[in-house]
Amino acid sequence: MNDETSAPPVETTRSPAPVLTVDDLHVRYGGSHILQGVSFEVPATGVTALLGRNGVGKTTTLKSLIGLAPRTGRIVLDGEEIQTRTTTRIVREGIGYVPEDREVFGGLTVEENLRLVDPSTGTDAPIVQKLFPDLVTRRAQRAGTLSGGQQQMVALARVLLRDNRLLLIDEPTKGLAPKLVTEVADVLAEVAEATPILLVEQNLPLVRRIADTVIVLDAGQVVHAGSAADLIADQELTRELLGVAMRRDGAA
Amino acid sequence: MSELILILATGLGLGALYFLAASGLSLIYGLMGVLNFAHSAFMMLGAYAGWETMQRLPDGMSVGVRLVLAVVVALVVGALIGAVVEVCLIRPLYKHHIQQVLVTVGLSLAAVAVAQAVWSADPKPVQKPTWMASTTDIGGAHLPNDRLLFVVVALLVFAGLMALLRYTRLGLIIRAGVENRTMVEALGINVQGTFTIVFAMGGAAAALAGVLYSQYAGSVSPAQGGSLLIYAFIVVVIGGMGSLPGTAVAAVAVGLVQQMANYYAASGVGDLSVVLLLAVVLLVRPASMKGGHA
Repeated sequence: MNDETSAPPVETTRSPAPVLTVDDLHVRYGGSHILQGVSFEVPATGVTALLGRNGVGKTTTLKSLIGLAPRTGRIVLDGEEIQTRTTTRIVREGIGYVPEDREVFGGLTVEENLRLVDPSTGTDAPIVQKLFPDLVTRRAQRAGTLSGGQQQMVALARVLLRDNRLLLIDEPTKGLAPKLVTEVADVLAEVAEATPILLVEQNLPLVRRIADTVIVLDAGQVVHAGSAADLIADQELTRELLGVAMRRDGAA
Repeated sequence: MSELILILATGLGLGALYFLAASGLSLIYGLMGVLNFAHSAFMMLGAYAGWETMQRLPDGMSVGVRLVLAVVVALVVGALIGAVVEVCLIRPLYKHHIQQVLVTVGLSLAAVAVAQAVWSADPKPVQKPTWMASTTDIGGAHLPNDRLLFVVVALLVFAGLMALLRYTRLGLIIRAGVENRTMVEALGINVQGTFTIVFAMGGAAAALAGVLYSQYAGSVSPAQGGSLLIYAFIVVVIGGMGSLPGTAVAAVAVGLVQQMANYYAASGVGDLSVVLLLAVVLLVRPASMKGGHA
């Protein structure tokens, strides 16, 4: 049982059935109280961006949802509470996770990275052939020798081989060149047509392009939730919440 | 020249035993991060399982056949002990590495005490097939057949494990798990079941090493596993924890260095030279301890 008090979940959508409901989520590492009663909902469609300055607990939020960080609170996926389940079970229930820094298996080939998830298809899977043709040609290459962008594609392709009800994707464009950022954004936009995404991202132009909803964290708590377009259009609010505002030309 | 061939062959034979002892240890550490000090108990109990089997089989059966059956029994016993230890002692302490080390150290000490109570502290002589006690002439050198057999068995085990790692789903999960166990779980793959299988494989390889080491030593005793474990750890550290090819190369290097030092310097210098080899490797290539790909 947790004894923390917190506000009820912040309504981020008018949809009556969110894919994920997080209620009073707390994470503590040693003496640090990283998440302090985080509550929010993720709509069943589109991209929800989880924003905030560095160190506010965005990555920790994703890790705790997937069971990789010790947490208390309620996590409800499509009406089922999953907070007591193991990471493996949560993933099999339908939450796909792409971590920050990709974490592909560098000693394995591209094909092996994919067949680890789906032994029967790998790069032969239609979704890989459609979204990641470059990986098909590099199927025999060790993932550790790929560029950052290619590794990101492996990390994305890997989770898309499962039938997911929700994808958690942590800073997929971190460290990538602008052209690759656009490619990753294209892939995410296409994936989001079929599967809702909770996306941690620092790149505001990308958020404006593909996100429908935003949740802003600060000091381990949700401080804002609502439409992505509304937040990014409000330069003062964006500066106040994120310490940065987008210019009229779209740059952050 | 014949002396050199003899030393190389005996060194390779010893290296083969070290590889068998170290292979399971390396995979277990690579995948699970568990420094398994109970590996000595696996080797010792495997050796006793083999010895008991040979004792209980009818005298009319040839020693060679009894040895083969003893190896089969030891493999099964080693695998079972490994699986039981993982499920009962290691799994409840998952992610508590210090406690895991303490439990495995305690188990290794307890196993020696139990063995002394059951079989006494005195070494039990083991029967050796006539062929293994004789020699084969190669290049003018009389090479002991048992050392040649150790090399062949180690090569077969190495090839089998490499094939398993390269061509099976279990091997793919092990290789991925050695690199990043958390990410394997985050892809929805049950690593826990793999842990048990790897522990069972490690136990079986250790038991095989135990039986063959008792053939090498001519007897089986409660302390035998402990002395072999020290070399196994040295081999694993030099070879890079979790790397099977690295373990194989390191085992050969340790066996050869030890035999050469014993022959060309003085008897007993071999042990010291192995420790020196470990120190040199860690000084020149400290990353070897961190391990590599399975």
